[in-house]
Amino acid sequence: MEGLCHFFYTLQVIKFAMRYLLLFLTAAITIALCYILDTRTVLPAPLGRLLGPQQGFWQNAEPSDADFSADLHFNTLEGNATVYFDERLVPHIFAEKENDAYFVQGFLHAKFRLWQMELQTLSAAGRISEIVGDVALDHDREFRRLGMVYAAEIWEKEMEKDTPIKQACDAYTAGVNAYITTLNSSNLPLEYKLLGYEPELWSNLKTGLFLKYMAYDLAAHENDFEMTNALAFFKKSDFNALFPSLQDSLDPIIPKGTVFSPPAVVPVDPKDADSVYFHQTDTATAVENTKPEKANGSNNWAVSGSKTKSGSPILCNDPHLGLNLPSLWYEIQLSVPGFNAYGASFPGSPGVIIGFNDSCAFGFTNGGRDVRDYYEIIFKNQSKTSYWYDSSWKPTSFRIEKIKIAGKPDFIDTVAYTVFGPVMYDNNFSGKRNTGSKNYAVRWTAHDPSNEMRLFYDLNHAKNYNDYLQAAPYLKTPGQNCVFAAKNGDIAIRTQGNFPAKWKGQGDFIMPGTDNRYAWQGMIPQNEIPFQFNPERGFVSSANQRPVDSTYPYYLGRDYPTPRGMIINRKLSAMQQITPKDMMLLQTDNYNVFAEMAVPVILKNLRMAELADEEKAYAGLLQNWNFRSEADAKGPTVFDLAWKYFSDTVYFDEYANAPEFTERPLESTLLEGIIRDSAFRFVDDIRTNELETLPEMVTRAFKKAVVDITKADKENRLAWGKYKDTRVNHLLRLPAFSRLHVPIGGGKNIINATTEAHGPSWRMIVSLTPETEAYGIYPGGQSGNPGSRFYDNAISKWAAGEYYSLWMMKPSEQKDQRVKWKMQFSKS
Amino acid sequence: MKWISSLLLMAILSFAACLFLPWWSIAIACFLVALLIPQKHGIAFLTGFISLFILWAGMSYWISMHNDHILAGRMSQIILKKEDPQMIIIVTGLIGAFVGGFAALTGSLVRMSVKKQPLQSLS
Repeated sequence: MEGLCHFFYTLQVIKFAMRYLLLFLTAAITIALCYILDTRTVLPAPLGRLLGPQQGFWQNAEPSDADFSADLHFNTLEGNATVYFDERLVPHIFAEKENDAYFVQGFLHAKFRLWQMELQTLSAAGRISEIVGDVALDHDREFRRLGMVYAAEIWEKEMEKDTPIKQACDAYTAGVNAYITTLNSSNLPLEYKLLGYEPELWSNLKTGLFLKYMAYDLAAHENDFEMTNALAFFKKSDFNALFPSLQDSLDPIIPKGTVFSPPAVVPVDPKDADSVYFHQTDTATAVENTKPEKANGSNNWAVSGSKTKSGSPILCNDPHLGLNLPSLWYEIQLSVPGFNAYGASFPGSPGVIIGFNDSCAFGFTNGGRDVRDYYEIIFKNQSKTSYWYDSSWKPTSFRIEKIKIAGKPDFIDTVAYTVFGPVMYDNNFSGKRNTGSKNYAVRWTAHDPSNEMRLFYDLNHAKNYNDYLQAAPYLKTPGQNCVFAAKNGDIAIRTQGNFPAKWKGQGDFIMPGTDNRYAWQGMIPQNEIPFQFNPERGFVSSANQRPVDSTYPYYLGRDYPTPRGMIINRKLSAMQQITPKDMMLLQTDNYNVFAEMAVPVILKNLRMAELADEEKAYAGLLQNWNFRSEADAKGPTVFDLAWKYFSDTVYFDEYANAPEFTERPLESTLLEGIIRDSAFRFVDDIRTNELETLPEMVTRAFKKAVVDITKADKENRLAWGKYKDTRVNHLLRLPAFSRLHVPIGGGKNIINATTEAHGPSWRMIVSLTPETEAYGIYPGGQSGNPGSRFYDNAISKWAAGEYYSLWMMKPSEQKDQRVKWKMQFSKS
Repeated sequence: MKWISSLLLMAILSFAACLFLPWWSIAIACFLVALLIPQKHGIAFLTGFISLFILWAGMSYWISMHNDHILAGRMSQIILKKEDPQMIIIVTGLIGAFVGGFAALTGSLVRMSVKKQPLQSLS
């Protein structure tokens, strides 16, 4: 009996234990599920948090009939403002007080583009490691060491001296922050949810960082290390032939024959420059990790009324930048008592950047001057506390850069600053290569005090040419070719910027940092900036080519593309009775003027008799090509590959033993070389005893190219559009958020400069008739949200070369049917 | 009937909780409902599972439909590596369902442990 009792008791204990075990197990599973689905510890993404319909990505799936109307109250406003959104979600802001318009602009930039604004400024500030961990540490260190934050701080101090600009920036920042404070875990922009971080508040410094980011993108390109290597590696005669400072085909922005006054600043080259500087034999020991895209260029032009059908000037601009989603640009109209402007704005900065107002229109192309030079610094010892300069030891100052890293302790980088600027590369950091025995300081105009915001502010307010003249000098870095046209008929262009007055060759290579004669001796005075005002030929234009010919008294470097400028000027010269429609056709023109010059030389030298049938067939595509790089044409693909292999074949032997980072010549140098002289010195393969001829090399290269051409043909992507395969990348390079395989022609050296992921980022045409007639489009959409129908809605139209009519809304048009939503801002 | 009211309660409570709390508050909601309304363990699990599947899949379908499935298409490429808006809705439902189901089962087991006397005395 007792035994039985004991048995039942044991059974009960087991049952009891099982029950609790089960409870414990299910409780553990539940908690584990919540934990795993809320963090990235097990899964690559917190799926519960990301997919939960009330907070996750579903909340970013904007209803296609979303209502953007709202009634908002803020106590920082001075008056009332109303925003009318049209059917493309372009805001038309009408504010009683100018600063309120900037507040609203900041609010809307944040509402539609916050994530990109912050990412760009975090990138500029070298703070990406905070989000993604130490994979970005080299990027962050390089940007800090380039002095990006240092530059933005200097900008902020300078900007604050200018009250209207300070007020505009303050209002803008307040607007951005007014939006940020409305954010919660549900309405946070999608990318924050994906990456798992949250936005911080905006500040004027961040606007400065954004402007410095643009300065980096447009005015930080230089090849000092690569050129120094080329100088050290090549014979002097070879070097000069590879890197001429003028191209035969140059058609400068300011036409040849313009008379320039004698220079006010005459830079003197050091006596020992020939033996020391131009005779460097040591190959440089650092190179940048990241380089701004070299193709960051643009087209702009203005034609006077004498050449247009309406008799009024037309201004056109298309800046070529990385094709990204969300787009760099945000379309906007700002209407306040002081002015009424429309155009493309930068999320991150107040005002209209490229656009027009009721009196005039303005646009920009990149100047492309070399305003970033390196100096080799000799420190007294490892402590880097002093450096040799001008025959004595000078003290350095230090800037401590504290880099936060996600999941790791902070990284402390100490950067020495010299008279030139920060010592970017030293034994602690040497970029892509790790020799670390030398120290290089960087001198960059973006570090100098400047107030570029004033340029845009003044242009937004500008009424006439004089206002434009007043505004232009505020543009220091990045130097730009500023085009202008006004309703009174004036057209103008200025190759504007803060440019060092260099002696010939200064800054092409790394300079000694011990000797003040190598420092910049002065800046080119504003009254010697090359410009054109109402020229007789009836138009002004620029396309990043060298601004002037060799008669200009200052040295301008040797790295400018020529073909686009050539074809634009050729076409504009021939055009008469121009309409906006003609300008659309010109901006989207796919004629390849470089091919027009190169194909005849290739075909003349191609030994047809030595080609197999298949090779002949492809040569036939080249023969029958009309030099138009249309999306469905096959000739451009054949040409692209034939030229690439030709260039490789010609230079392969010369570069076979060159240092890894050695500058390559411009393609027009090779083309002009073989046009001038079929015995162009680099054609011969120096590794053989025979003398190779041009026909031999062209034929050899063409046969190599045919291998690639055949492959492309078999894969059905010989058509240029398919071969080039243009895409508009999301900033995180997520294919799902990008637009891939965009069917569009054009390319390098073509007015429609659309390459693989780069091209016309905003096309604008403004006809300054009494009632302004304007057109524009950019490859993106007004919303930065990948879950919005306004995210990429303009891309197909952009690719097809179509435009939207830009509506400069009048206060009386509130009832117009184009107005779809209305957002009211008033004082609370 | 009891399980239908449980199911509805779980869905309503989960929805309300997520208005203020993080997504995992659905686990608390399902746990509490199962704790208060007695059901067999298996039924409790199913109730939580189905309730949250319907809630999460239903909500995401509703949102996605009004969005013309733009974002579901994009996100499915990222999460599922292929464009399939329907599947991302189902996955959303399943994630809610498993959390809801296990939370409800836990609640049901706790209820039984608390309600039943622990070891009976033999003497």
